[in-house]
Amino acid sequence: MNAIEHPSPQPGVAQIWGWLSDVPDPEIPVVSVVDLGIVRDVRWEAKEGATTELVVTITPTYSGCPATSLIALEIERAIRDHGVHRIRLKTQISPPWTTDWISEAGRQRLKGFGIAPPAKVRYLVERLSGNAAAAECPHCGSNKTVRVSEFGSTPCKALYKCSDCLEPFDLFKCL
Amino acid sequence: MSDRTDPRFEYLLRLGDNALILSHRLSEWCGHGPVLEEDLALTNVALDLIGQTQFWLGYAGELEGRGRDADALAFRRDVWDFRNVILVEQPNGDYSHTMARQLYFDAWHFHLLLALITSTDTRIAEIAAKALKEVTYHLERSTMWVVTLGDGTEESHERMQRAVDNLWSYTGELFEVDEVESSLVANGVAPDLARLVEPWRSTVGDVLRQGTLDMPEDTWMHTGGKKGIHSESLGYILADMQFLQRAYPGASW
Repeated sequence: MNAIEHPSPQPGVAQIWGWLSDVPDPEIPVVSVVDLGIVRDVRWEAKEGATTELVVTITPTYSGCPATSLIALEIERAIRDHGVHRIRLKTQISPPWTTDWISEAGRQRLKGFGIAPPAKVRYLVERLSGNAAAAECPHCGSNKTVRVSEFGSTPCKALYKCSDCLEPFDLFKCL
Repeated sequence: MSDRTDPRFEYLLRLGDNALILSHRLSEWCGHGPVLEEDLALTNVALDLIGQTQFWLGYAGELEGRGRDADALAFRRDVWDFRNVILVEQPNGDYSHTMARQLYFDAWHFHLLLALITSTDTRIAEIAAKALKEVTYHLERSTMWVVTLGDGTEESHERMQRAVDNLWSYTGELFEVDEVESSLVANGVAPDLARLVEPWRSTVGDVLRQGTLDMPEDTWMHTGGKKGIHSESLGYILADMQFLQRAYPGASW
């Protein structure tokens, strides 16, 4: 172990956030784990003696998302590749992940990839009253779209079809 | 806390086993769904439930303090140690049966989680808040199917009515309160299930009305699952689900 010891300089938190924004989501690689809001916190914490360790807090998107453990592995690898070896990953489920945490840049990249980004949530109220806005086709921008299935190729997506350009597309569901 | 008699251990097994067994039932449709989209949808619901199982059983194992994690609890207990309600172990039957079972459970699950968000046990409250988001989608989907089949063709209507009638006698157990739960109600960990009856009946009643279906008459109700007395179905489920870990203990890949 090439443990980083004091007084050797330890990378700043902002720099580490930068490394993590290069870690792609394994299922939707155009967005990073930071874009998706999976990384909740990065901080150095004091350990026994003079050493510190890097604590990265992550949150699962869907409870059963099979990518969760792979994401943790990729995050750890990215940090190790930059020479930091004292790492602890902490999983935190509260407050629960919401698609509102997906960054604006992330939303644009999803759209460019052909996945309609999620609407902002106001979650229970709108969905339960059936007033959720219509999905916008990421290909032609039309609002004349129909839902084919509530669940698509991954738990976080629903399957839609555009009535204007007739293309099928995935919608990142509000959660 | 590492007290075997902590009533929360028992309560968490009930929450976890409901999710686990229903998830296994739904996964049996994998590769057999009527259309590809349904195959994906059912397995995604199953996946959400597996994730929730890991949270509930993981916490149960920690409270028990005997070194059993979620996997040990899922794969190395026998029938009489499972605490799920009998409803979730009922066979898939035709699609209307799968959807009637799902509607009854989702509506109950939704109202239960909504109440658990304010549990005095923070960990339970946090898991409930996470799960509720997913379960809202589950309820929306089972609602859609019961309405579609109920208000569909003559045959789909007939089958949907038969399914809601056949499974009705498994719904009573959802609201039974025993000493495990009454002690947790007293200290604010769990909601009183008797108070969920009205919201549940109203949710289910609305869906059945929209689907032009009749609400079944109240009848004799099955009971026992929460105490470990199950229908014959559970043994078959476990034989399938646990085979690998029984034959090759600790196997992983």
